[in-house]
Amino acid sequence: MYVAVKGGERAIESAHAWLAEERRGDTNIAELSLPQIREQLKLAVDRVMAEGSLYDPDLAALAIKQSRGDLIEAIFLIRAYRTTLPRFGASRPVDTGAMDCDRRISATFKDLPGGQVLGPTFDYTHRLLDFKLAAESEVPDAPTREVSSGAVPHVTEFLNQEELIESAPHDDTPPPDLTREPLEMPADRALRLQALTRADEGFTLGLAYSTQRGYGRNHAFVGELRIGAVTVEMDIPELGFAVEIGEVTLTECETVNQFTGSKSEPPQFTRGYGLVFGQSERKAISMALVDRALRWEELGEDYVGAPAQDTEFVLYHADNIQATGFLEHIKLPHYVDFQSELELVRKLRREAGEEQFQEAAE
Amino acid sequence: MTEYNFAYLDEQTKRMIRRAILKGLAIPGYQVPFASREMPMPYGWGTGGVQVSAALLTPDDTFKVIDQGADDTTNAVSIRSFFERTAGVATTTATSEASVIQTRHRIPEDALTENQILVYQVPIPEPLRFLEPRESETRKMHSLEEYGLMHVKLYEDISRHGHIATSYAYPVKVEGRYVMDPSPIPKFDNPKLGNMAAIQLFGAGREQRIYALPPYTQVVSLDFEDHPFEASKADHPCGLCDATDSYLDEVIIDDQGGRMFVCSDTDYCTARQAAGHKGKDAA
Amino acid sequence: MRPLLSVQGVSKRYGAHIGCADVSFDLYPGEVMGIVGESGSGKSTLLNCMAGHIAPDAGKVIFDTRADGPKDTVTMSEAQRRMLSRTDWAFVHQHARDGLRMGVSAGGNVGERLMAVGERHYGDIRGKATDWLERVEIDATRVDDRPTTFSGGMQQRLQIARNLVTGPRLVFMDEPTGGLDVSVQARLLDLLRGLVRDMGLSAIIVTHDLAVVRLLADRLMVMKSGRVVEAGLTDQVLDDPQHAYSQLLVSSVLQV
Repeated sequence: MYVAVKGGERAIESAHAWLAEERRGDTNIAELSLPQIREQLKLAVDRVMAEGSLYDPDLAALAIKQSRGDLIEAIFLIRAYRTTLPRFGASRPVDTGAMDCDRRISATFKDLPGGQVLGPTFDYTHRLLDFKLAAESEVPDAPTREVSSGAVPHVTEFLNQEELIESAPHDDTPPPDLTREPLEMPADRALRLQALTRADEGFTLGLAYSTQRGYGRNHAFVGELRIGAVTVEMDIPELGFAVEIGEVTLTECETVNQFTGSKSEPPQFTRGYGLVFGQSERKAISMALVDRALRWEELGEDYVGAPAQDTEFVLYHADNIQATGFLEHIKLPHYVDFQSELELVRKLRREAGEEQFQEAAE
Repeated sequence: MTEYNFAYLDEQTKRMIRRAILKGLAIPGYQVPFASREMPMPYGWGTGGVQVSAALLTPDDTFKVIDQGADDTTNAVSIRSFFERTAGVATTTATSEASVIQTRHRIPEDALTENQILVYQVPIPEPLRFLEPRESETRKMHSLEEYGLMHVKLYEDISRHGHIATSYAYPVKVEGRYVMDPSPIPKFDNPKLGNMAAIQLFGAGREQRIYALPPYTQVVSLDFEDHPFEASKADHPCGLCDATDSYLDEVIIDDQGGRMFVCSDTDYCTARQAAGHKGKDAA
Repeated sequence: MRPLLSVQGVSKRYGAHIGCADVSFDLYPGEVMGIVGESGSGKSTLLNCMAGHIAPDAGKVIFDTRADGPKDTVTMSEAQRRMLSRTDWAFVHQHARDGLRMGVSAGGNVGERLMAVGERHYGDIRGKATDWLERVEIDATRVDDRPTTFSGGMQQRLQIARNLVTGPRLVFMDEPTGGLDVSVQARLLDLLRGLVRDMGLSAIIVTHDLAVVRLLADRLMVMKSGRVVEAGLTDQVLDDPQHAYSQLLVSSVLQV
């Protein structure tokens, strides 16, 4: 005797309880605290803030804890939370030229005003497992030196003085807001950059890598990569002036790309740009490469059919929250659609069978 | 639950969605872009329908959610409890008692009334998507009414299989103008789309589109004169309520591949059984 | 008689580079115009401007529409232009791949234009498609095969069938025999000549192959660096070229 399935509600509740238990794991092991995540898994926190489009290390740490370390799930939690936040206004554009740099390197000049600062990078570590870390040892303090603080000029400005690089004139047009307006094509550069800065790191990396391997190659050099804190200022209408409301850490990458000139433009270098919340240079460099690849049209280059040149392809598939939701929705029940397919296949097979039978009879 | 606004979304967002709904009702079948918000459930799991419902619900509404025709499937339960928590509205499983019905993949068997609104969850709103992947191009095709390609697909089906081999999400033409994807309902449900008394609203969250059918709209399933559209279903009566006019799910009941057919619309089936109808597999 | 197509002062630049400059001519019903010149002479740019694929910077392309008489296709709405291009106009691409749907059967390819203008009877559409396959010398049993299984010459003939099935009044052809073997070219030219004669088609053919225009075109324009340097009856231009460049073009063919 068949009884229609009931009890979805109870099943969901039980699943949630089990999930909570699994999240905690063995209770003999100390529980993770949010400050531990925030301080010791900082790069994970940074990624969640960048792709979640919300700068709040404590909330990002909570999301990572709640999601059991599944960063896309954590990004999802942050995005859903972000939806509910009221919007008080927009900050002034941040000035990355005034960044208090922890790291600042250029691949195009050996030395330059402001100097090369390696900063806290994995770059020259040998990737050997450090078993001392397993013993939870304290680390000695890193050496320090005095630096002259103050604005560090952007490398591309040196090229700009000679007009060797395309000019990027100041533009006060308010950018479109991807989170308040539907994404519609054609997308201008401001909108593309906005989509890329919160795009999935892996997807952006893969696309950027594909341009290096010849799918829309544009010969990028890292003109400059800088990481550090910038102040955020906001105009307060009641006061009539801007006040500092906080500080965010950003990673900025400007690429210098080869360009041979077109029928209308003299030969000069062109730019790709990446800017990401937190310390995430892989993402920032990838973003700059993809940004540059998407600019083929305005620069009069050929469309060679490379995925990274295809704005619709890139922008419609870069968001990991959209992608993961749609991908995973195929595990929801589809028995109604499946049933109709089942009947169609049976019908077609029956007819094919009859035809064969008839042919055999003839 | 006081941390969130009534029905989760803030009033500004609801107003934006209502504007899109009104525009959709004014241009039946036209896909209106809207600034879909990130919801606390994944894209592809009904975020479009949920946003449309959130913009519609008032405290006096009675809300019903079905997935595959059933009120008790997990995602239907999850969406229903979301609005119970965030809007505190009354919920029901009875089709006739609901003022707003959110659905995934089915239209209820009972005819809806002018006092009801049916909200569809839509995964891919663009009926031309799998013929032309570019949004900029498909929008142009709609605006210029270039729908020849749609029939090429049906032509290819017939030349290959002898039939139109689309069994769900079967495309329709609305009021002789826009070709529309009715969401992945089985084509059995297509005839109910046209001339319906209730308002039908379609929400696609991830794809950021809302479209609509006002009451009593002409909706025609695409076909050829010599290969007319056929609404089909499994050729059995329901094993529980003996209905012969309802869409059926096939259920495998034993290891030998034994199977039975039961109504996918659980409310319809339950009501019939309560009225004394009895199928061959009923206890 | 009123011209079917009247091109008036059409120009197109790409930055500092001239695509085509100040081209004017009239095409009368039933007439075939050939446009010859080396690559880069602007003949393809001109063709694409006329067919509405690119917008000229200046000039008019006036087409004698069935409904409203002469209309400038440059300034008409895209909807109207697209409607023209699937009813009264046809465009045969050099590469059949650009003009065919490679994932759709031969019958579907030919039937698409019929369906686009509202035909809704499967049997009729298929019947017309099969007829047209036979007219372009493709075996009717291939109606359900995809063009990927066809030879280059067959693909080109299929493209022609797909274009002509709705009885267009004006056909644009961009190097229709380019990229085909010489023997295949001859057969295709023969076929085109027959179709042009039987259907009374008006056509504009862009080619660098003087044999093609000799066979098909009533009149000829010679282009160089974006400009028309000589125009006239085909035989006249080919047998007694006046402009130095035309002379060079004709003599270089004769040397071969």
